[in-house]
Amino acid sequence: MLFTCMFQHFGDPGKMKDYHYTGPVEHKFSPYAFNGGTVLAVAGEDFAIVASDTRLSEGYSIHSRDSPKCYKLTDTTVLGCSGFHGDCLTLTKIIDARLKMYKHSNNKTMTSGAIAAMLSTILYSRRFFPYYVYNIIGGLDEEGKGAVYSFDPVGSYQRDTYKAGGSASAMLQPLLDNQIGFKNMEGVEHVPLTKDKAVQLVKDVFISAAERDVYTGDALRICVITKEGINEETIPLRKD
Amino acid sequence: MALQDICNFQSVFEDSLTTEYPAVPHGKKIASNYVSGLPFSNNKSLFHFYIPVAEYLDESPIQFGQISTVQNCSADSSEDPFLTSSTLPTCLPFASSQSVPLPFPMAHGTTTLAFMFQGGVLAAADTRSSCSGLVACPASQKILPIHSHLVGLTSGTSADCALWKRILARELRLYQLRHGRRLSTSGAAKLLSHMLHPFKGTELCVAATLCGWDGGETGPGSRGETTKNQMTDLFYVCSDGTRLRGMLFSVGSGSPYAYSILDQGVHWGLTVDEAKSIAREAVYRATYRDAYSGNCVDMYHITSKGWTRRNREDLKEEYYREKERRKHEKTERRDVTFSD
Repeated sequence: MLFTCMFQHFGDPGKMKDYHYTGPVEHKFSPYAFNGGTVLAVAGEDFAIVASDTRLSEGYSIHSRDSPKCYKLTDTTVLGCSGFHGDCLTLTKIIDARLKMYKHSNNKTMTSGAIAAMLSTILYSRRFFPYYVYNIIGGLDEEGKGAVYSFDPVGSYQRDTYKAGGSASAMLQPLLDNQIGFKNMEGVEHVPLTKDKAVQLVKDVFISAAERDVYTGDALRICVITKEGINEETIPLRKD
Repeated sequence: MALQDICNFQSVFEDSLTTEYPAVPHGKKIASNYVSGLPFSNNKSLFHFYIPVAEYLDESPIQFGQISTVQNCSADSSEDPFLTSSTLPTCLPFASSQSVPLPFPMAHGTTTLAFMFQGGVLAAADTRSSCSGLVACPASQKILPIHSHLVGLTSGTSADCALWKRILARELRLYQLRHGRRLSTSGAAKLLSHMLHPFKGTELCVAATLCGWDGGETGPGSRGETTKNQMTDLFYVCSDGTRLRGMLFSVGSGSPYAYSILDQGVHWGLTVDEAKSIAREAVYRATYRDAYSGNCVDMYHITSKGWTRRNREDLKEEYYREKERRKHEKTERRDVTFSD
């Protein structure tokens, strides 16, 4: 897992790299890789939506076009994780095990808020060798209202109304701020978001993200969580 | 210790003492044992490998709180911070390996301030949480109440601050249950400082300001003479070991700008409204000049009755009002020069 592809994300964005021979270069083993992908979650009055693209990439290659990043945890909670796929898999395994243990010892399923708090401690336990995963939990809280919890890789979290995470998050978050949060607009009536309008918005937002972000594309998986259950839908996106 | 509970330090530690410390080739991970009856114990990954210093490590996106790797080479790798405080023999392999460079930036940058005056303690903070150039969250909460009469302001990595506040709240509650009285602010600050001490030298970055009111329940001898018989107290605790008592503190990247406003206006005899407006002005000026502070102002006021929170105020309005004032002044100045 070479490190060279990481520069475009976290190095100096404007600087061109000079390509000339600098001497022998030692490539180090890095335990992390960046597998791309974007996750998005929106909370409504009585629903929540978690959506992710399904492309799994590494460097210039695409490993898979059908690797969705939404994981169903309980009947009312879905976790979206993007970043390093290896850590995503391990983290979801650990969360599943912890959910089972909780169910067996407490005889009830964990609520979304409890899952969020638990995920925060799981992530922080690896403070000095973190899980390279950007998590967003979407679900219904105890009162049946939509809830979205967004995390950073070391466990800091908070409850939001909407959040985008992953490779295209910097592009999508301002758009969501404007369309769902009605930010940076004057004199606009704040209409509450309906489920159909939210689903349509998520589709549009991902189509835009696929246009401009190379790591996002192929297909979009949307999970709509209501008190009736979780409804999944797959929509094709750009494959190039 | 608290963090060790979360990470199952004790059980992992015992395992590694009984079995010989294996020289593991890199890439091999010890399987986690969920079924052992412990909540989880998967943190002992043995991805130890020697990473020679390369120029990209100097440009690592994590600027804050990152201790230079020279310090880490002395004892053991910083992936095992717990071992620094233990009596494990120092003949660990891979002793010179440094921490794995993180491929993502941590949330950082802030302005928080707190000061004491005759009406109690006032704490104020901005709400922007930034991640090397991107605003990760424009509405984060940096003032966290720990209990009814103690409030902590956080600065540094937000995950560290959130978790350590939780740990501190738990330890204070346990103290209260065990000893029948509430720990004073000074005691809480000392507790936090001692809890953070094993992590000195690691990337942990917590700079907390504890503001509290110590009731009659706290033991004798915990008050100094300088606070004029008032029970409020203000402490600054940092993950590098600092623990300071004072009347006025401001922490974060915007603190120089906040200090200039506070030093000018804060004195003991302020009324509550005056104190609130000075705190608000200080945060506003800091957000004006500091790129990493912004968005809204949170304000908490601690008195003998506990803490009260003022509604979060969006500073956007203040910016527009300031712009209007400037425009008004400019037209006034122009009128004056014309009339001469």
